Amino acid sequence: MSEQFDVLVIGAGPSGNAAAYTAAKAGLSVLQIERGESPGSKNVQGAILYSDALEKIIPDFRDDAPLERHLIEQRMWMLNDDSYVGSTYRSQAFNSPPYNRYTIIRAQFDKWFSKKVQDAGALTICETTVTGLHMDGNRVVGVKTDRAGGSVYADVVILADGVNSLLAKKAGFHPELEPRDVALAVKEIHFLPDTTIESRFNVGPDEGVAIEMAGTITQGMVGTGFLYTNAESLTLGVGCLLSDLRAQRVTPHALIEQMKAHPAIRPLIEGGEMKEYSAHLIPEGGYNAIPTIYGDGWMMVGDAGMFVNSVHREGSNLAMTTGRLAAETVIELRSEGKVCTAANLARYRTKLDDSFVMKDLKKYRDMPGVLENNHQFFTQYPALINRAAHTMLLVDGADKKSKEREVRKSFIRKRSRFGLLGDAYKLWRAFE
Amino acid sequence: MIKVEEKLFQNRYKVDTGRPHIQILDPDVCQIKCETKACTVCCPASCYTKEGDGQVTLITDGCLECGTCRVICTEHRNVSWEYPRGGYGILFKFG
Repeated sequence: MSEQFDVLVIGAGPSGNAAAYTAAKAGLSVLQIERGESPGSKNVQGAILYSDALEKIIPDFRDDAPLERHLIEQRMWMLNDDSYVGSTYRSQAFNSPPYNRYTIIRAQFDKWFSKKVQDAGALTICETTVTGLHMDGNRVVGVKTDRAGGSVYADVVILADGVNSLLAKKAGFHPELEPRDVALAVKEIHFLPDTTIESRFNVGPDEGVAIEMAGTITQGMVGTGFLYTNAESLTLGVGCLLSDLRAQRVTPHALIEQMKAHPAIRPLIEGGEMKEYSAHLIPEGGYNAIPTIYGDGWMMVGDAGMFVNSVHREGSNLAMTTGRLAAETVIELRSEGKVCTAANLARYRTKLDDSFVMKDLKKYRDMPGVLENNHQFFTQYPALINRAAHTMLLVDGADKKSKEREVRKSFIRKRSRFGLLGDAYKLWRAFE
Repeated sequence: MIKVEEKLFQNRYKVDTGRPHIQILDPDVCQIKCETKACTVCCPASCYTKEGDGQVTLITDGCLECGTCRVICTEHRNVSWEYPRGGYGILFKFG
């Protein structure tokens, strides 16, 4: 094949599918290349789908998308070795259609999304790895694939090739990822009868729960854990910054084993049948880690552009939004008779800046640095808070005033008065 | 504790026999120059093994294609990391 397309999309994850769908729907000729045997077979996510980003692309997605459970309850746990202090938000507002978020299984969801992309008129080729970019000077004009004679050309190439984004590195657009900017998450899926899940999590059919966790499950490393309810399975996982994992020499699969053994988690997954073990890098560097995301003849979307809001655990919605905005940029330029030069594609960046994507990332721009340099938020505080809860709740004849004094002392002993003030200030600044 | 091999046994792979997509560039660098050998600890599929003589051996059959080994090899940049050929490698059933 040696053909010319309007748009080439590399990758069939949420960002690539959003871009390909939007461009094809507008009548552009789109070729999408995916290395998996089918879309989704290389993709890993928790996974929670936020409806809003997909609604803006496929408004009636709920009619036939493979959705597991809509989330009506969100729990946040701060764990110590054998306890946790948690908060829960459960609301009928989240249990009324149209639902705001769902758990999904990516292998199924991505296949569905890809079908929509193809129905919209894009040509999707699977089992094909893109090995490099064709350049004309500084301009990207096409890609090389591992198929015989497999070069294809396009007016613009949208790189939706995921967090590793080898293509941008080979082309010299980006340096290698920094270990402090990515987290490695390992994940398992455990199958249980739907009725067991519903009774264990106190929900009805189609209703789900998401639990986000921090504390000793990451063994002092910057990271979090999660447990989500699917229709007939649970997914759970834990992720930590690669820089911490390397420094502390922790084996990822031991980390998830330890998590599963926690007395608060073990009963939830009891009796489940583990059917897959996966791992994936998650961009965690935030705004400051966003690389160059466009140039002559190319744009970058989704994880490849580091578009993840790690504070709110949002990624796929940023992926879909960046994919859609990249495609809309191309559509606009074409209607104005303009070519996809870097100067013209700067409009993509403007669109991002005007959207929640960059606004949210900018808001939390200091957070990755604060967490990376203040491990006490993942070590001392979960322990102190759990111990405080224990002290206050234990009825042992000691008076409450003495208990309060003991709790106060424990915090000051660990962090000092200035330390406590400093920590509060750091967090306030990072969230501001 | 359950071995990682038992977990990987649950996964579906199409192994590209004889064409590993990741390679150690210079085995001597791993054996002699690299003190931490972090890949032997941090790879979630334990594809890297530290042998008794300090050599690092790599078997990519169970690779989850995450990229960790490449990203953490900052000191020596001794990992050549490509995606498997189209259709090969890990095939996530659920993802």
